[in-house]
Amino acid sequence: MVPLFSAEGLSSLIFIFIVMTTVLGAVIATHSERLIRAVTGLAICFIGVAGLYYYLHSPFVALMEMLIYVGAVCVTIVFAVMLADPNPTGGVLKKSIFTGPLSFGLGIMLFWGLSALAGKTAWVAPAGRVNDGSLEEVGRALLTNYSMAFELISLVLLLAIIGALVLARGGRTRAGGES
Amino acid sequence: MSIPAFGDSLITYLIIAALLFGIGFYGLVHRRTLIGMLIAGELILAGASINFMAFNRFLAPDPTVGQIFTLFIMGIAAAEAAIALSIIIAVYRNYRTIDTDDVAELKG
Repeated sequence: MVPLFSAEGLSSLIFIFIVMTTVLGAVIATHSERLIRAVTGLAICFIGVAGLYYYLHSPFVALMEMLIYVGAVCVTIVFAVMLADPNPTGGVLKKSIFTGPLSFGLGIMLFWGLSALAGKTAWVAPAGRVNDGSLEEVGRALLTNYSMAFELISLVLLLAIIGALVLARGGRTRAGGES
Repeated sequence: MSIPAFGDSLITYLIIAALLFGIGFYGLVHRRTLIGMLIAGELILAGASINFMAFNRFLAPDPTVGQIFTLFIMGIAAAEAAIALSIIIAVYRNYRTIDTDDVAELKG
């Protein structure tokens, strides 16, 4: 416990606000009837997750979260919603009597089980750190220990771009033949 | 007045990650359109990333490993979103719907 009107107390208050942002965004993302609102909830949730990364002493990963998820993935999903959402008003959630309560129960059970597991395990703190985890150390590890994976992920991204172009172009004819 | 310092304990982050995973799983089962399921999948990936970052901050002897793994998760998730969305657009062009109950041509 720390006093509220101090630097640590205010930082705890902001932390609670960030956690609430994350959970609220996740609930909007799964529960809204319209898909465009779900994407907005996803963006709110990712802003909260970036705040959590900041509290975990990784401002670079927080910045990447904002840049990639909020800036790129959410905008791409918004474009897909604009291109392929035939039923913009409602009808997005399953209406079956089983899937609603069943999926809710499954989600609650997963959450409860994972939380209980995390609470019961005796986590062992490390005896020491080999570096301080700064951005400089991340870059050095990325270009020495993990250079193979770093090169491979660029290949994966290139293939994803080409594959997305091929898939999205297929079936389209020249000069407005379709329509 | 005093307030607990939540941001400095591992269990807080693990519970948040478990909550995101549970919400994402619920959405994955509950949603009826392909884009909704993709959004729920992104929530599950976010929960996994928070777990990696929390273990990296509190338990790892080398605190760069979790950050690099999270960066790789982001790259893979971006590639996956691009491919999945182009598949969804191709499905929409053929079927005029992205409802998972209607796209059932392979169903026996």
